[in-house]
Amino acid sequence: MEKKTPLYDIHVEEGGKIVPFAGYLLPVQYGTGVIAEHMAVRQACGLFDVSHMGEILFTGKTALDSLHHIMTNRFTDMPVGKVRYTVMCNEHGGCVDDLIVYKFGEECYLAVVNASNRDKDYAHILANLLPGTKAEDLSDNVAEIALQGPKAPEILAQLLPPESIPKGYYTAVQSADIDGMNCMISRTGYTGELGYEIFTANENAEKLWRLLRKTGEPYGLIPCGLGARDTLRLEAGMPLYGHEMDEDITPLEADLGFGVKLDKPEFIGRDALLAAGEPKRIRVGLEITGRGIVREHQPLFSGDREIGASTSGTHCPYLGKPVAMALVEREFAAPGTELEADVRGRRVACRVIPYVFYKRSK
Amino acid sequence: MSMIPENLRYTKTHEWVKEEDGLSVVGLTDFAQSELGDIVFVNLPEVGDEVVAGESFADVESVKAVAEVISPVSGVVAEINEELMDKPEMINEAPYDAWFIRISDVTDTENLLDAAEYSDFCEEE
Repeated sequence: MEKKTPLYDIHVEEGGKIVPFAGYLLPVQYGTGVIAEHMAVRQACGLFDVSHMGEILFTGKTALDSLHHIMTNRFTDMPVGKVRYTVMCNEHGGCVDDLIVYKFGEECYLAVVNASNRDKDYAHILANLLPGTKAEDLSDNVAEIALQGPKAPEILAQLLPPESIPKGYYTAVQSADIDGMNCMISRTGYTGELGYEIFTANENAEKLWRLLRKTGEPYGLIPCGLGARDTLRLEAGMPLYGHEMDEDITPLEADLGFGVKLDKPEFIGRDALLAAGEPKRIRVGLEITGRGIVREHQPLFSGDREIGASTSGTHCPYLGKPVAMALVEREFAAPGTELEADVRGRRVACRVIPYVFYKRSK
Repeated sequence: MSMIPENLRYTKTHEWVKEEDGLSVVGLTDFAQSELGDIVFVNLPEVGDEVVAGESFADVESVKAVAEVISPVSGVVAEINEELMDKPEMINEAPYDAWFIRISDVTDTENLLDAAEYSDFCEEE
């Protein structure tokens, strides 16, 4: 039985096409369709319900040490209000999840994890916490709304004083007041666009959504579903758990080495990553030069040799062409390498290119 | 509610078919395009290919999904709508004008629904 987010009734009211996703009933798109929603985020603004995301709070004297033990990244040099991307590995170096960590205080950190992994993550965290750290799963009480697109700062400025709006990418204001609702404002997102993720208590979710919708309307804001969330992240080259990484794919293979500090003295999975050495396969981008769309799990060939498989792929609305991400053997990872994908028995030509297919102009 | 023209016949896999100049003309219904969402790619057979009633003859891909298009009749592809390959969005915009193929030498036909039967069928889907 799927759960509903506090915004479920609004999605129905807004004409959302509801599908089950990661244990929740969520809109895959609204009436305007995925392409219009995608373009709204690139050119104006989109509003997403991401309340399904999990939130796990770490507190206690050893909270930082627990994070350093469980996560691959380093959190020592973070000021309060800073946000950092990290991976959480298993003993074999595979990915348990990828997540972001907020620092709220020297002994207080919040991890935001994928909905599909929330229960697994919480169990993994509890099993590996150091004495002196408490971890609480707050997910069922927290709603999260993403406001994404070039108009997002102007829209938020209608509702908040400048000091309540985080200025730098990957920073957050822990407590801000929007029309009497206490919110955490985070300058993060999953679209490759400037934007914010706003966290608040469940009971505020509906009022906050309506307020953002009304305030954003003159700026071209429309509600966006899971479909556009996926095409936007893919176009921006952002990895998705279960696609670009999983329990059998290491963060180094997924090209997430920037979030893996092998020079830390210790973390779960470090020994396995060091023993494996330079990854034999690596994540790349593909532009589809033949006719067709390459989606996930399609085998890739160089001549007759199978050298990897696609991990995600679709038609990207802003680029106006299909692209894909893939895991390929390292010798076939150089940009310009010509490959073929097996798409349901038909060979489709593709070429390796950098996977950040779209980068917003600053 | 989706549009269901009275003068066409339908399959339970959401294709429409009509007879025109001795050929069977096939396309996707309004219900199908609405379920698929924004269509961005169409893979069509070639003229002269055989199609078999109840079997796939084309792929359509929307941003989110891929779907097979099932032939309502057995026969030979007499003509393909090449315009669809460049403008697959025509299927979303005007599903009953966006024909896929015209089929000649028809030997076999699936059980087809009339507009009223298809309308009932869609309501149950």
